[in-house]
Amino acid sequence: MAEEVLLFGVGRSPFSGRVEMALKLKGVEYKYVEEDLANKSPSLLKYNPIHKKIPVLVHNGNPIVESQVILEYIDETWPGYPLLPKDPYERAIARFWAKFIDDKCLPAIFKAFYGEEKEREQAVEELSEFLNYLENELKEKKFFGGESIGMVDIVANLIFWLEAWEEASGTELLTREKFPRLTNWTHEFVSNTIVKESLFPRDKLVAFLRNRIGGPNVSK
Amino acid sequence: MAKSDVKLLGAWSSPFVMRARIALNIKSVDYEYQEENWLVSKSELLLKSNPIHKKVPVLIHADNPMCESLIIVQYIDEVWSSGPSILPSDPYDRATARFWSAYIDDKWFPSMIAFFWGQEEDAKKAAIAQMEEGLVLLEEAFGKCSKGKAFFGGDRIGFLDIAFGCFLGSLRVTEKAGGIELLSETKTPSLSKWAERFSSDIAVKELISDTDKLAEFGKKLQAKMTANN
Repeated sequence: MAEEVLLFGVGRSPFSGRVEMALKLKGVEYKYVEEDLANKSPSLLKYNPIHKKIPVLVHNGNPIVESQVILEYIDETWPGYPLLPKDPYERAIARFWAKFIDDKCLPAIFKAFYGEEKEREQAVEELSEFLNYLENELKEKKFFGGESIGMVDIVANLIFWLEAWEEASGTELLTREKFPRLTNWTHEFVSNTIVKESLFPRDKLVAFLRNRIGGPNVSK
Repeated sequence: MAKSDVKLLGAWSSPFVMRARIALNIKSVDYEYQEENWLVSKSELLLKSNPIHKKVPVLIHADNPMCESLIIVQYIDEVWSSGPSILPSDPYDRATARFWSAYIDDKWFPSMIAFFWGQEEDAKKAAIAQMEEGLVLLEEAFGKCSKGKAFFGGDRIGFLDIAFGCFLGSLRVTEKAGGIELLSETKTPSLSKWAERFSSDIAVKELISDTDKLAEFGKKLQAKMTANN
């Protein structure tokens, strides 16, 4: 039976972007279905009835949801390029940082982007603190995964979104002075051929975010 | 393996610590347990081993510290691979187990917390409703995951059993506090029976805390947090 791999996503979503990156790194052929979040398809609602969100990976009719669950599934199902290290301790550390990014950095980013005026300042401070942890974790490595991109790097794609928001809102957070390693990491990350293919065009993303937050000169 | 090679920093009242201990029991791992009296103070070792979150459980294996309960459980499963498997072997079943444990941690348990800390009746009622909704989903999930067997993991306790079962104590406390039945033979027949099997399993039995003792601890926690505010 021919293998069927479907990915339901939204171009500007970092979460479906992660799955695309992983599938491409593994060299998996898949069919991409762009969802309109204002008008969710019956298929999406059928495959993810509980959360009704993207991304959804459907492998031979079986749906898998939640981006990090999908990434682990992809790593376990398709051999070749490893997303997680082999050593159990290194895997535990990688999983820790991936969880840290989504449990801590993501809510702070959200509050910083879309929060109330008073919330935003605190969110930016918190986010700075969290980014510092990531900065230290990078140490002298090119990527969180070492010499090559791994699961933590893929999950850290949020930084690309963070930078776009900085441009859209006229905020400076991830500066080279404060975060030299993360700045280098971002450069290496977006220069990677496969990552480049999976990233939403930066200018479109900035335009979208500007629209949502009203730009640096427009008060909310 | 020398007992001191494996150390677990924990707290008797924590369902998350329970997860790690169940996993170590399943694998028959000899380990040193250090109780953290975290309401009073956190040990140097805890603060050093988990500087970011400063929480239990922390597993220290051959001087390597790691945290986050489900990450610890997966580590235990991968290292002591000759023991009974905790995660299912099929990738899709593993994804299903991970999905539901994420649901429990990200959606279901927070409603229990909301009930615990809720000040007004409305907030508490909403939290209970959310918990009930979640239990309906988990009842259904049990049917699909167990495939007619005793546990989410099949014939033996697995990842999802551990992820969910650790909350049975807190669930009982919630039921008492709210004067309601959440897990029952009428509302959640499969989960009700599963809960009994889970609680009497040899890897779990010794770790079950008395409901009243847990409730008392909860009151202490509420008092302390209120005093701090």
